[in-house]
Amino acid sequence: MKKAIICIYVALALGAGAAHAGPEDDTLRIAWDGELPTLDRYFNVLREGILVSRLIWDALLYKDPATLEFKPLLAESYRFVDSTTMEFELRQGITFHNGEPFDADDVVYTLEFVSNPENRVLTQRNVSWIKSVEKLDDYRVRLEMKQPTPTALEFLSGPLLIYPNEYYAEVGPKGMGTHPVGTGPYRVVEFKPGESIRFEINKQYFDGSPKGKPSISTIEQRTIPDRNTQITELFSGTVDWIWKVPADQASRIVGRPGISVVNEQTLRIAYLSFDSSNRTGNASPVNNPLVRKAIGHAIDRSAIVSKLVGGVSEVVHSACHPQQFGCEQDVAQYEYDPEKAKQLLAEAGYPDGFEIDFHAYRNRPYAEAIMGYLQAVGIRTSLVYLKYAALRDKVYAGEIDFNFMTWGSYSFNDVSAITSHFFKGTQDDYARDSQLIADLELGDGSVDSEERKNAYSRALKSIADNAYWVPLFTYNVNYAFNDKLDFTATADEIPRFYSAGWK
Amino acid sequence: MTVFFFKRLGLAFLVALFVSVLSFFMLRAAGDPAIAMAGEGATAADIEFIREQFGFNRPLLMQYLSWLGNALTGDFGESSYFAKPVSQLISERLPITLGLGVSALIFSILLAVPLGMLAAVNPNSLIDRIALSVSVLGQAMPNFWFALMLIVIFSVWYPVLPASGNAEWRHFVMPTIVLGYYATPAIMRLTRSGMLEVLNADYIRTAHAKGIPASRVLIKHAMRNAILPVVSIASVQFGYMLGGSIIIESIFALHGIGQLAWESISRADLPTVQAIVLILSLIYVGLNFVADLVNAWLDPRIRIA
Repeated sequence: MKKAIICIYVALALGAGAAHAGPEDDTLRIAWDGELPTLDRYFNVLREGILVSRLIWDALLYKDPATLEFKPLLAESYRFVDSTTMEFELRQGITFHNGEPFDADDVVYTLEFVSNPENRVLTQRNVSWIKSVEKLDDYRVRLEMKQPTPTALEFLSGPLLIYPNEYYAEVGPKGMGTHPVGTGPYRVVEFKPGESIRFEINKQYFDGSPKGKPSISTIEQRTIPDRNTQITELFSGTVDWIWKVPADQASRIVGRPGISVVNEQTLRIAYLSFDSSNRTGNASPVNNPLVRKAIGHAIDRSAIVSKLVGGVSEVVHSACHPQQFGCEQDVAQYEYDPEKAKQLLAEAGYPDGFEIDFHAYRNRPYAEAIMGYLQAVGIRTSLVYLKYAALRDKVYAGEIDFNFMTWGSYSFNDVSAITSHFFKGTQDDYARDSQLIADLELGDGSVDSEERKNAYSRALKSIADNAYWVPLFTYNVNYAFNDKLDFTATADEIPRFYSAGWK
Repeated sequence: MTVFFFKRLGLAFLVALFVSVLSFFMLRAAGDPAIAMAGEGATAADIEFIREQFGFNRPLLMQYLSWLGNALTGDFGESSYFAKPVSQLISERLPITLGLGVSALIFSILLAVPLGMLAAVNPNSLIDRIALSVSVLGQAMPNFWFALMLIVIFSVWYPVLPASGNAEWRHFVMPTIVLGYYATPAIMRLTRSGMLEVLNADYIRTAHAKGIPASRVLIKHAMRNAILPVVSIASVQFGYMLGGSIIIESIFALHGIGQLAWESISRADLPTVQAIVLILSLIYVGLNFVADLVNAWLDPRIRIA
């Protein structure tokens, strides 16, 4: 029996291959929990899909994550002809991974394809503003918009990646999803949907790209659903990089030899949203602005941030992320003051508080902390905890009086991605305020940044004055990685492995 | 026997059909799949597109009938998430789960049957006590915790086994132990009690009296009879293992059918969930059917009942 056990040990020891990560074999091993069904960025909606797509493809423009400046990428230069027309000079001499040369035909084909509603790309907002794209000559392109689109540069530097026209016409989204071809700093050599992706460096990546030259020769991605397993893989050196490590686990990893932990902002904020216009027909107490303000005063948001959320998160007062363009900070604030909250409740006719359903879909501990604070001023909530899709279903149907929500603005650095999304009279809008809608329309439709700022400022002040939302805090994300890896986290939550290297 | 066979077969078929109806309608009641598929940031138009594209706007009964019709020909439709045929997805992932289930079952039988026999031969001895504590521990220990402990020991402290993945056999060692150990107590206790009962039977005394060697009595005479209930519980345990492997697959990042089911539920990939529910229930029903037949074949009294 003893012999048998020893035999097993020896077998295991011999079998344990040197699958070690790191600079030795110049392979960056990364893991996350998301399962990518396809690599065609226009047909997946996962955040991991964004970072993968930026490895494989380039867009016409590039947004510098540090300075937030727009720089030409596949374009050599660009200009606005008028408020709805742009012209691009394209770079010459670039080839796709399959050898196909890059020129105006690729730009025209890609943008025409994705903006055609019949092709059903998943996020229509990214493309629905494009009216037409026209080839002027082999390296010049003109783009017409349906209406002035101040966020055009955001789209053109973000989701609108350029595909090779001949290859895409041949293989379509399915072929592109499994065997992607782009101009980007890495090419995909193997993809198992939902399981793993293997990238190899594109040695021909063009000089002068604002993305810089890639340096690590191979990147291997694996999907590991369990967070603890990811961490143990990191500890054992078989994975070099993970992210979205919860605050409590991150604090335990900090200080472990060989591992760096970095905490960085994201554009996601948390907020409480109310039915201010009695859209549900429930005549809920939160229809009353005094009650909403009372809720604002009842919650100690700083305590939630410092005790639960942690990291670089901060309390927000405006219905947007402070980093976003147009996010007015000079708005009414509801500081933590439970006495004032009780007083406001009494004024509103609820001296003994009331009972209400409280909906949430993520971060249950945060939701429970909020419920505790509300309980202290007499508001008795019962938590309805749902999957995001299910809760959103109810929100759209106009059934929700009070909920705890979050919004990531799909990494858009502009308040139109959040404030306009929720207060412009669409199915998401529970305020239904016509003056607010008019201000947001103005801000969204203008290309004059001063005019936009002023319009959004009015809108955000009004949202705060009426307490349509009680904004809570910004989110952060923890990255944990091999300390030999030279990796810089950015506030847009899009890891850039093409700028990573080994120390 | 033939009548019994067809009776059981018809029953198995009805159970499978019932499961498919139930899972289909319950899934549709759980939420709007189009909204789930569109993801955060989708507009109403995006969702409407998806609804039309996947036929979610048709009457439920029509959706079910067309699904059933296709399923009978092996066509489970296309996964709304992976945008490829569900049958292909399942044929990629099922072998991992089946492989894990079979190896876990073998592991647990190899562990449980000898332990149970030793315990029965030496009742109330030290060996019996050890066997009892092994089984109590297996029953009491949450398997996700056991899995993490194994990972910490064998992947972090003494890195001899990979913590996750499904590329080669070494990836299956820890999952097999965790999943197999979970089934051990039931099999072991049944072996022990079966053996104890048989060992006290008259024919065993007779065999001993005839001078047959003790080991031969134990294996040839006693075990054969004691093992009967073990065969049927093992088949049931195998069914549990296929269902229970969801957690294990998730922890060890084995991309099997359990994990696929779990992920598909949260992203409302209805065609995939329905197919998995149907296939797992068919396997389960099939196992029970086989166990019934085996029992009936071994014990004629069952055939009449």
